[in-house]
Amino acid sequence: MYLNKVFRCALHQRSRTLASLNFQGKRASQIRHSTTSTVDADGVSFEPNRNFVTKLEFLEPKIEDAIPIYRVFDNAGKVIDPSQDPQFSDDTLIRMYHAMKTLNIMDQVMYDAQRQGRVSFYMTNYGEEGCHIGSAAALDDQDLVFGQYREAGVLMWRGFKLEEFMDQCYANLNDPAAGKQMPVHYGSRKLNFVTISSPLATQMPQASGAAYALKRTHPGLCVICYFGEGAASEGDAHAAFNFAATLNAPCLFFCRNNGYAISTPVGDQYKGDGIAARGAGYGMLTIRVDGNDTLAVYNATSKARQIAVAENRPVLIEAMTYRVGHHSTSDDSSAYRSVDEVDYWSRTDDPIARFFRYMVNERKCWSEVQDKAFTKDSRKKIMTAFKNAEKRNKPSPSLMFTDVYKEIPPHLQQQQKEMIDHVRAHKDHYPLDRHEPI
Amino acid sequence: MAGNLAKFSTGILKGIFRNATFKPVSSVLTQKRNAHFVFKPDQPSTKFGPTEKMSYLQSLTSAMDISLREDPTTLIFGEDVAFGGVFRCTKGLRDEYGSDRVFNTPLCEQGIVGFAIGAAVAGSNVIAEIQFADYIFPAFDQIVNEAAKYRYRSGGLFECGKLTIRAPCGAVGHGGLYHSQTPESYFAHTPGLKVVIPRSPIQAKGLLLSCVQDENPCIFLEPKILYRAAEEEVPTGNYTLPLSQAEILVEGKDVTLVGYGTQIHVLKEVAELAQTQLGVSCEVIDLVTILPWDRETVCNSVAKTGRLVVSHESPHTGGFAGEIASTVQKECFLNLEAPVERVCGYDTPFPHIMEPFYIPDKWRCLSAVQRVIDY
Repeated sequence: MYLNKVFRCALHQRSRTLASLNFQGKRASQIRHSTTSTVDADGVSFEPNRNFVTKLEFLEPKIEDAIPIYRVFDNAGKVIDPSQDPQFSDDTLIRMYHAMKTLNIMDQVMYDAQRQGRVSFYMTNYGEEGCHIGSAAALDDQDLVFGQYREAGVLMWRGFKLEEFMDQCYANLNDPAAGKQMPVHYGSRKLNFVTISSPLATQMPQASGAAYALKRTHPGLCVICYFGEGAASEGDAHAAFNFAATLNAPCLFFCRNNGYAISTPVGDQYKGDGIAARGAGYGMLTIRVDGNDTLAVYNATSKARQIAVAENRPVLIEAMTYRVGHHSTSDDSSAYRSVDEVDYWSRTDDPIARFFRYMVNERKCWSEVQDKAFTKDSRKKIMTAFKNAEKRNKPSPSLMFTDVYKEIPPHLQQQQKEMIDHVRAHKDHYPLDRHEPI
Repeated sequence: MAGNLAKFSTGILKGIFRNATFKPVSSVLTQKRNAHFVFKPDQPSTKFGPTEKMSYLQSLTSAMDISLREDPTTLIFGEDVAFGGVFRCTKGLRDEYGSDRVFNTPLCEQGIVGFAIGAAVAGSNVIAEIQFADYIFPAFDQIVNEAAKYRYRSGGLFECGKLTIRAPCGAVGHGGLYHSQTPESYFAHTPGLKVVIPRSPIQAKGLLLSCVQDENPCIFLEPKILYRAAEEEVPTGNYTLPLSQAEILVEGKDVTLVGYGTQIHVLKEVAELAQTQLGVSCEVIDLVTILPWDRETVCNSVAKTGRLVVSHESPHTGGFAGEIASTVQKECFLNLEAPVERVCGYDTPFPHIMEPFYIPDKWRCLSAVQRVIDY
């Protein structure tokens, strides 16, 4: 009875996997976009479907009709349908594995750093590394990424340096945003990763709009928008799907369904068949994928991208995964879920472990020995970056007034001067020694 | 929300079906809806080239036409924008520039603004329309938490400076709670935004072009009662008017009157009445930009006159007049001969049939002038 609803849903879903890639929904050309209605003897008619029935019957959503989950390999890393193996080179597999593993180790280091009071806040990505790397690897480097806050692996894949992660978390002078945001609110113009903001789902209609703009100026590119199953309850999510679909925007909507929104399990979040079931309602191509199967995530994202760009339409991908870690360093998830549940997922269905097994057993391109060596080396690199980030000064307090507007208007110039004058007159009350000169 | 404009008055209907012959239901109805102000056109400035008679809404169409023409990335969208918009502001633009640039969105303000922000971030020049300012609130999170903070939170890596949101606002004679609001005060409280309210066609076109070109997200509020009532000789070319620069419309020495939008026309008449009835010389200042606002022009004026009356349609408490009054009492404390007066909408939702009693009309403003003179 310790199995809660997430666990039970997961078990149920596990028995309904798909071994071949199959998107739900018609091709764009098959859907008649009705911009007009006709009026006949029966009144105004709205295309496309006008079948009349005389039996009074309601549509009841049935659990057996739940959208199945696409996967390539099982929990043991064994490929189910060989035709679905993308057959990456050893180098690519190793690169993917390194990214997931480095992220995992960095998370451990930074989580501990927060516990020790070195950084104010942190969010780990445990259990979702497969979602990040699998999807990121399927994108073009120029594709614009809108994230929520648990997608550091996408940045890792694209080449965000360890020190860049940590400079932002430490809010030091190297952070391009001058330490103005809480940790993990990363952004990179160079890597086409839009800076994270805390409000949930706000990035979603923005992704739709960005995709629309890019369709016109940079055909061939797409936008990917990451969000959690909790954020999908926001009105902005509905707006995003509807706008992207009606306005033919090449946007991938990637839902990380990880079972929890802080303490809220999926059973409290929605009544229907997850997020994937909503896609059809918007006229969107949809797929549900095993989020802990990195190759499946890759295949689904790759195909989705292809379609989105070729047909200028959004695609919804719901990746079923599990949030192994706490929501953040401000959360202790033992307050709302059992240790056994977490243990079950991390033992049997961890993306890094499954990928490891695939590499070692199926592809024979990795080993325990190499893994140990890599882990040690990775940790060393992370610790070096960590120490460097910790040593750096915080930005000058005067920067508080920059970037409110493109220019600094007179009233802000005046306030800046007031702040500087005040602080100079009361030096002892302000942590000036940690900052660049005011 | 605003789907059924047909339910509203002959005035609005005339706006929509302007080519149809239309007779008012009753002359009694139109008599009772005389405007509370008189619009007097400004003299056209020759420095912007040839002019053409345009109404306020036509001057907006002209500005949007120029924006579409000059910048191929410009997109204009919102509810009902494709056919020309419920106020005809986007009339003809889709036919000229295509449905991929001028288009309808689903009925969803948070979507309109969120989508607009994203398009601007991705490099498009965006003019998003909210059908009535009263309906801007679903987009409040996107405007305040996202648009306003995009540049700040990313250190300028990402920004939506190419975003302009425009919405009709203000009293229209019969709009009631949900077709009369002017929400400038909510947005004035948000650093990172610019908020502009033009008083006339010449101003509207030049200021909209300025907002479109300004590299910060702008909220452009258009007093809807002026759409057809205000006509001027408007320059046909591309011109901009400065943001954050208040304009002294009438010079005076006894009392400073500050307002914006429709209320400026009320205050101009108040200045005339003050002169003829009270022998008082009023200086009338149009704030033009609410955020960032031109403190210098207002404070210099009050330093000269010693008396200030601020007036706006939106409610008294938390209204922008409070911001102006507070700044002036600090900067001009020793110059003041009387406390600052605020003549605003009462602290009620905007009433329908009681509008004549609610709005800060010329008689209430004149009484305020009398009070500061008599103090």
